[in-house]
Amino acid sequence: MTTTITKENLYKKVNLKPAEYKSDQEVRWCPGCGDHAIYNALLKTWSELGIPKEKIAVISGIGCSSRFPYYVDVYGFHGIHGRAGAIASGFKTARPDMSVWQITGDGDALAIGGNHLIHECRRNIDLNIIIFNNEIYGLTKGQYSPTSRFGQVTKTSPYGTIERPFNIGQLVLGANVSFFARTIDAYIKESVEVYKEAEFHKGTSVVEVLQNCVIYNDGAHAEITNKATRKERQIWLKHGEPMIFGENDDKGLILENERLKVVKIGENGITEKDILVHDAKSDNLGLHLMLATMSYPEYPIAMGVIRDVERPTYEELMESQIEEIRQKSKIKTVQDLLNSGNTWEIK
Amino acid sequence: MDEKHKPTELEDVVIRFAGDSGDGMQLIGTLFSDASAHYGNDIATFPDYPAEIRAPQGTVGGVSGFTVHFGHTEVNTPGDYADLLVAMNPASLKASVKYLKPGATIIIDIDAFTDKNLKKAGYKTNDPFKEDGLEDYNIIPVKITSLTREALKDLDLDNKAVTRSKNMFVLGMVDFMFSRPLDYTIQFFEKKFAGKPTIIEANKRALKAGFNYAESSHAIFSFKVAPAKIEPGRYRNINGNTATAWGFIVAAQKAGLELFCGSYPITPATDILQELSKRRDLGVKTFQAEDEIAGITTSIGASFAGDLAVTTTSGPGLALKTEAVGLAVITELPLVIVDVQRGGPSTGLPTKTEQGDLLQALYGRNGESPLPVIAALGPADAFHSAIEASRIALEHMTPVILLTDSYIANGSQPFKIPDIDSIPEIKPPIITEPPYQPYERIDKEKMIRGWAKVGVPGLQHRLGSLEKMAVTGTVSYVPENHERMVKERQAKVDAVVNYIPEQKVEGNPDSELLVIGWGSTYGHLRRAANQLKREGIEIAYTQFKYINPLPKNTGDILKKYKRAVVFELNMGQFANYLRMKFPGFDPLQYNKVQGLPFTVQEIVDHIKSLLKK
Repeated sequence: MTTTITKENLYKKVNLKPAEYKSDQEVRWCPGCGDHAIYNALLKTWSELGIPKEKIAVISGIGCSSRFPYYVDVYGFHGIHGRAGAIASGFKTARPDMSVWQITGDGDALAIGGNHLIHECRRNIDLNIIIFNNEIYGLTKGQYSPTSRFGQVTKTSPYGTIERPFNIGQLVLGANVSFFARTIDAYIKESVEVYKEAEFHKGTSVVEVLQNCVIYNDGAHAEITNKATRKERQIWLKHGEPMIFGENDDKGLILENERLKVVKIGENGITEKDILVHDAKSDNLGLHLMLATMSYPEYPIAMGVIRDVERPTYEELMESQIEEIRQKSKIKTVQDLLNSGNTWEIK
Repeated sequence: MDEKHKPTELEDVVIRFAGDSGDGMQLIGTLFSDASAHYGNDIATFPDYPAEIRAPQGTVGGVSGFTVHFGHTEVNTPGDYADLLVAMNPASLKASVKYLKPGATIIIDIDAFTDKNLKKAGYKTNDPFKEDGLEDYNIIPVKITSLTREALKDLDLDNKAVTRSKNMFVLGMVDFMFSRPLDYTIQFFEKKFAGKPTIIEANKRALKAGFNYAESSHAIFSFKVAPAKIEPGRYRNINGNTATAWGFIVAAQKAGLELFCGSYPITPATDILQELSKRRDLGVKTFQAEDEIAGITTSIGASFAGDLAVTTTSGPGLALKTEAVGLAVITELPLVIVDVQRGGPSTGLPTKTEQGDLLQALYGRNGESPLPVIAALGPADAFHSAIEASRIALEHMTPVILLTDSYIANGSQPFKIPDIDSIPEIKPPIITEPPYQPYERIDKEKMIRGWAKVGVPGLQHRLGSLEKMAVTGTVSYVPENHERMVKERQAKVDAVVNYIPEQKVEGNPDSELLVIGWGSTYGHLRRAANQLKREGIEIAYTQFKYINPLPKNTGDILKKYKRAVVFELNMGQFANYLRMKFPGFDPLQYNKVQGLPFTVQEIVDHIKSLLKK
């Protein structure tokens, strides 16, 4: 008998410190790399959620971020370039009771592994996909990636790229993902909240982490993360709360002529009541897309959980189909199968 | 009893049914084969249909054929050339000429031999028999379409349904010719069309009309092929793809594991995925992946999670999976990769058979990347080979490539249904409690690492595509360690040799000439050997199923013979493999790369020509 797996009965909570999730391996990312912060935030997330180590699987592809599994004392699998999503999909389908975290980067997930990513979104397998987006190929030492800015000078674009980047949110929402969130590597507190939401979400959760590469793309996201201006350039969305941002919490988003627009509260008769209230749970793909694709300088960048809608997961549907067909089918055993249909006896 | 009704006894017969894709040739071919198997003949069948889904009607490219070979003795192959051809239209005749025995009987639906159809088939005159040099053949024109119409005229059926029944008229005729009772087929109608009495009646009437027509016709004679001596037991007909799928289901049960199949549709392997996807009732998890790479990598994920994981493909797909096969090699996870070979390179001949992927399976990966390779010997053997590939994968902690091919995949054979309880258990080295070191060789004979169960406290560990430290499994760039791990992986695959049967030589072991084959050519070589034996020529022959490692005694066998010849459907890949493995051994070769199986006759002729030298 298979029991329905819910987030509640997935595991019995344990009391472990973040450090207890570390493996005995030395963490070998460059000093100052954003990956350290993401690592710490994930350890903290697991600790706060109380997930037993043996119930976690971390599955990665190739790239700097993909070394992650070696640094944690859980079931880890370091795959081949681009295939983390497919490996994780097979793993989760086989073992729906595990909490599965796919660790990947912008090259791994969006270039060589792009096909797997969109199909994960479509199937809605209950995976937490953490995309470390530093807009550069780090491990191969500085080539442009599918998220590098148009015109960016890199080792393989010495005269500037002539390719337009993917917006990760736009891509996965286009594939109708059921959960999309965005966070920033160094924002531990906010990131922990986002990762928890991703784990609570039943289905494929994609989290884009704006990550800095100190060596090959330093300041990749500085125009958004810069301390002095960040409140003006980020908007942290919370389900059920108005979309307000700004140094003095005096700016907000409204819909005008079917487009989002930044307004100032108190100007032109705008009050807080006019500001859009974020609804991550409604299946309003259009608005979620508009939020995810907002870009500086016209808009602030949308952060936090942008979309979080309920939909049956692939592995649930698989398990329930197996149950249903087991009940209905005349074939109950392997021997029944071999004996089924047209057979004859030779004496 | 007059002369006509005293059937002539025959040893074996090959019948080819040929018609347009919609003429129902596959159905009557299958029904006739099943009836023959029930009667006790040994049978082998092979369907061939166009690669195009709806090829243009009436053209040679659109012909769908079904060949059945049945006999009083072992038949082994679907037969090279037909004794009887049923051609439903001129295109079917044209497409079948090359498959006829000299002087064969040809039944044609004369109603379909119109000027228009002759032209469509590419005949230049209205005498196709003269054009194809068939004048001396036993040609029996029958008004199949109009006689079927006549038999069904008072039934409430539209014209299309009436025409569709003409295949049953043909089956009725052939049933008479080979003394087959009709009850088996009538039972089929009653089951298949339950609740549709008019359809049952139409099929029955067409069948009987055909039978009666043949009985009363002076042109049609009847024959008898006595039952074969077949090992007692319960049998069914099975094709290679179904047999492969079922073998995996049995293997999973024997290992106490769930079965996971990640796969991407590709001709001619797709039927394995299709068959497994029906088996939710037995808990099978099939995952139709987004591409070939996801097919294998989802399976690797499932293997890490503790399932019996398999992935199915054909040559081009295996090429795409290459890097991931290496991942399974370095992580030392059990996985079966089925390559249903087809004509290559590239897209090549998708529906045709070839043995061209042997070296790809053995060596087509980066780095030192050994893995066991086994090849199924025929449609029914695919069942046993799938179990065997799973056993080796699970008990030796390694990916295994199972080679079948288009001929095995689509060909069918009687299959003795085994008693599941009589199949040995498979015992993978599952670790259920700590302590655990991922790359500790827990069995020094097999050189295998343990397979940790997922979700168990204290068994957390990391696997990955980077080289690992022996025993502990941490990432290691130490030069000596890399060499050690390369050698350990090789030793593990080499050790499989102690867990597979020795190679057997069949026929006359003292012959001067050794005939060598591997995989799906077994039936043809065996039949050729039997035919030669009847002619007083006894040869030694040996068919390889275990390709890597080769059975222990292979070298001893090869040394024993003055001359050897390797028959294979490629340019000599296995012959070269043997040359490399056994320096000094230099066999002769007989190679064919036409997308077709060998004919028994060409094997016989070639062996005779060698013996004369």
